[in-house]
Order: sequence, then structure tokens, then C-alpha cells
Amino acid sequence: MNKTRRQTLIPLLLILSPVLILGISLFIGRYPQPIWMNPSLLGSDEIAQRLVLNLRLPRILTAMLLGMSLSAAGGVMQMLFRNPLVEPGFLGVSQGAGFGAALCIVFLSKSPLAIEGFATLFAVLGLLFSYFFARKMRYGGWLLRLVLAGIAVSAFFSAGLGILKYLADPNSQLQEIVFWLLGGLYSITWKSLLYVAPVVLVGMVVIYLMRWRLNLLALEDETAFSLGVSVGRERTLLLGASVAVTAVVISVAGIVGWVGLIIPHIARRITGANAANFIPVSISLGAIFGVLCDDLARTLMPGEIPLGIITSLLGAVIFIFLMVKPNFKVKA
Amino acid sequence: MSERSLLTINELTFAYDSTRASALNKVSFEIDAGTITTILGPNGAGKTTLLHLLLGLRKPSGGSILLEDLPLNQYSRRDLSQWMGLVPQSEHVSFEYTVLEYVLLGRAPYLSPLELPGEADVEIARDAMRKVGIASLEHRPIPELSGGELQLVLLARALAQQPRILLLDEPTSHLDLANRNVTLRILDALRKEGTTILFTTHDPEAALIVADNIVLMNAGKVLAAGSFSETFTSEKLTETYGVPVEVVRTDGIQVVKSSGRLS
Repeated sequence: MNKTRRQTLIPLLLILSPVLILGISLFIGRYPQPIWMNPSLLGSDEIAQRLVLNLRLPRILTAMLLGMSLSAAGGVMQMLFRNPLVEPGFLGVSQGAGFGAALCIVFLSKSPLAIEGFATLFAVLGLLFSYFFARKMRYGGWLLRLVLAGIAVSAFFSAGLGILKYLADPNSQLQEIVFWLLGGLYSITWKSLLYVAPVVLVGMVVIYLMRWRLNLLALEDETAFSLGVSVGRERTLLLGASVAVTAVVISVAGIVGWVGLIIPHIARRITGANAANFIPVSISLGAIFGVLCDDLARTLMPGEIPLGIITSLLGAVIFIFLMVKPNFKVKA
Repeated sequence: MSERSLLTINELTFAYDSTRASALNKVSFEIDAGTITTILGPNGAGKTTLLHLLLGLRKPSGGSILLEDLPLNQYSRRDLSQWMGLVPQSEHVSFEYTVLEYVLLGRAPYLSPLELPGEADVEIARDAMRKVGIASLEHRPIPELSGGELQLVLLARALAQQPRILLLDEPTSHLDLANRNVTLRILDALRKEGTTILFTTHDPEAALIVADNIVLMNAGKVLAAGSFSETFTSEKLTETYGVPVEVVRTDGIQVVKSSGRLS
């Protein structure tokens, strides 16, 4: 294949495959029978119409945004922290969101919107605390300090979460907390999609446009500086975009692990390390992975399987598979 | 020497921490265009700190740096990055870039924040790789390179920046003799093309091979600065390193003698 044809074909493939998967997924579920709904049913069955439009479509779109966000954010953070084993929620974001959600469930309300608001708030607080402590710390370089602060803040929130679980009413609240923590998109409506989509789209645009720049930000500070990069400002912008998309996505979906770790790895296996190439592939693969995992969550059993269980299970299996393949190298 | 220097460093002082002794103490010297200047001194003399100040990475607590008679802080980040390229002492690469991808990062000073390198940039990067003799490594992953090859990749990346001044931090310190000489020969060729070169080293032999001018440093101070013949003497080197160093002539070639076999 010549170069120019490849240059038009690959982007097209990256955009079309998630859209195709999305289209197919609209007819996957447990109505009227498990797994597949005949598309012609949409013409005659009003329940099918309402189901597809009001439940499945917003949910699948959210699954797509979730996969895109976590994969892009994971890729960005792995570059910024020069560490291929970093996950997007690690700077206190995931644990903060979990704590916020539990706080809301125990003391306030079980309404999805309230939980989403609290989860977002505490996800952002988690990051701010990490950032604040990293600034105060007198040890090591900036990146190391951020990582250490992130670990401490995560531990703090997870202890808080433990207390909340202990306090929660085991008959109603505790189940709710546990289910939220396992992650899932069962409560998604158009409203929550409208809450997530603007943040995710802005974040994706920032990350996509600055993708080549990420390579420079992964260099040592002095080298990046000598190449004319405003290291602090650009790093903050990309970190901000990544944390924002991660926080809103976690706030509606709960803790969905492994996506942000494994998808950038696979993308790099396909395109090589250059972020200009692997970020778009990561976003596209993430969208596909998000939708497929949610399809499994909705379809495999009569009840819902929490999405986080499926992503962790698949993610871990893929990760081990990649690790034992002889040409796979992890460099930390 | 021309009458107007390209870089004028005047009474430069810098401390990492106000409670500690200054890392640089009233350092002054000049650099002329198209020369190789070597900052020579033992470990911890303040050589790398000085490079960071020249890059603009750190701000001096006193004194000034003039680039073409203009204070360094009057230049924008972007301008400076087109003026000066840095070859760091070493670099840890966490991801499997190919050599070409890595050298292309040197084009950043000429691209806007949202721009990707284009065909013209690839040509310039390839040219830089040819200059340092690594054109054949284009598609090799960086982590598979030897230390000597990586050093040349870092040099090619700085050349892709098309800098008029090339700063190198200990470019030969972890190279074997053959690779050291390859690197120094490249620097010599670049000087002949008009590039101004400044490199730090703790190895007097590297200075002996290519330096036009030498700045001798110890404990944050300049002990001597001037042409090779003025500064590269047994007496001054001995003072710089605090151990006996002798510059001797054998068969008409200058040689540095600093050690013999313990007996």
C-alpha cells in the first residue's frame, strides 16, 4: 500500500470501526431475547424503539466516551510520568471519586445526579490534594513527588471509604456503594451523557491536538526546555485535560479499572512509541473496548455484570498475554 | 578572535539555595563564534549548572549573560531554542521510539504547539543523522542502541534543531576511546561549518584533542579562561584538579600525563 493511501485509510478505519461497533451494539442485549434483536423490530415494536433510543443509545455512547477517555488519559499520563505502568486515576482521582460517591450515598441521597456530582467533586479534590502535597514535599523531583503524593492521597481516601462502608446501612446503602465501586453504566440516561460529553469532547480535542507535543513532555525537563517547550504550562494543560475526562467518566460509571493501562499498551504495540501515532489509535481502540465490555456486561447474564469486573478481567488477561509474549518489553 | 563575542558571561553568580554556598561564583568569560570552548574541571565544579544558566533553564542570582550583546532574558523561549541546542549527559528513554522519531523531536523549536513535523522536517532530521554517521540506524528502536550510538542520536537531535550554538554536557564521559574520538571528530567538523560549540568535560584529553579555548573551573569559580595554549599548562591543570597533571610533548604531540602505575 502506498503512503498517501495509508494516510487516508488509517484515520478512516480508526473513526469507522467504533461507529460500526456502536451501530451493532444497539441491537445487542436481552430484549426481546438474549443477545440479538432483529433490527426490523424497530419498525413495529414501540418498546424496542424506546429501549434502543432512550436506554441503549445513551448508554452505549457513554461506554464509548468512557473507553476513549480512560485510554487517552492513560496514554497521556504514561508519557507525562515517563512510566508505562501508570493508570489515569492514580493521582488520588479514582479513590477520591469512590469516597465522594460513598459519602453521598451514606449521608445524602442515592440519586444518580447527586452521586455523580459528589464523585466528580472529590475526584478533583483528590488531584488538588496530590498536587498541593507534592508542592510542599521536600524530596526528589517533581514527578516523583506527584506520584508519592498521589499514593498518600489515595490511601487517605480509601481509608475514608472504609469508614463509610462500615457506617453504611448494610441493607441498602452498602450494596449501593459496592455496586458503584465495581463500576457500571446501568444508570446512564441522556442526562448523564450530556453531563459527561462536553468535558470529554473538550479533553479529547486538547489531547489529540497536542499529541506530538507529548513526546517532548516525556523528555527530561532540561532537554524539553532546550527544545523550546514551556514544560510546566504544557504539562499542566495535558494533565488537566486527562484528569478532567477521567473524573467525569468515573463519576458516572464508578471505578472502571485497567482500560487506561492496557489500551495505550496495545496501541503502542501497533504504532510504536510516537504519541502522534499511538494516541489516535488508543482513543479508537478505547472506544471499541468500552462498548464491547459494556455489551458483555449487559448481555452475559440476566442481571447486570458490573462493568469494572469485565474490564479488569479482560484487561488482566490481555496484559498477561502481552507480557509473556517474547517480544514484549516493559520499561519503567 | 573577533572583536565582538557571540556570548559574554559576566560575573555570573548562582546558588541553588540561599543557605548554601553558591554553585557559581562571579564566573566571567567570552565565547567567539565558530570556536570550540571547553569548560574543564573536576566533578562538582559547577559545569552543568553553568550550562543550565546559558540555556536559560535557571536564572542567575547575579551577573549577566549576553547573546549577541542582548541579555539572554530578552529572547523568547522559542528564539533561544532555535539559537542553542543541548546534548544532555545521558538520557533515559522509557518508550520504544525509532531513531528517526527521536531525532525529529529536535524540530520542535520550529513547530507551533499543535503542529506535527512534516516532510521538510524529516529531511532535516535525516541530514542531521548523516552528519553524525547514524543514517543506517533510522528505524532501529532506541532501547536497542549501544551507549555510543545513543550519544550520537542525542547529538543528531540537537543538530536537527539547527542551532548556531551547540551545548554539550559531558559528551564523552561514558564513551570508550573509539567512540569518544568519533564524537570529538564530529564536533571538529561542525566547527568547520561555523557552529559554535561549548562542551563541559572532566577529561583533559577531550579538551586537548579539539578545544580552541578553555575555561578552567573549580568549586564554582573560573581559575583561568583563554586560548588553548594559554590555559592548557601543567601548572593550571594541576591547580584545577588538585592532583599533579603534566602536559608533556612526545614526538611533537602534546600529551596529558596524570597517572602512572602504582608501584
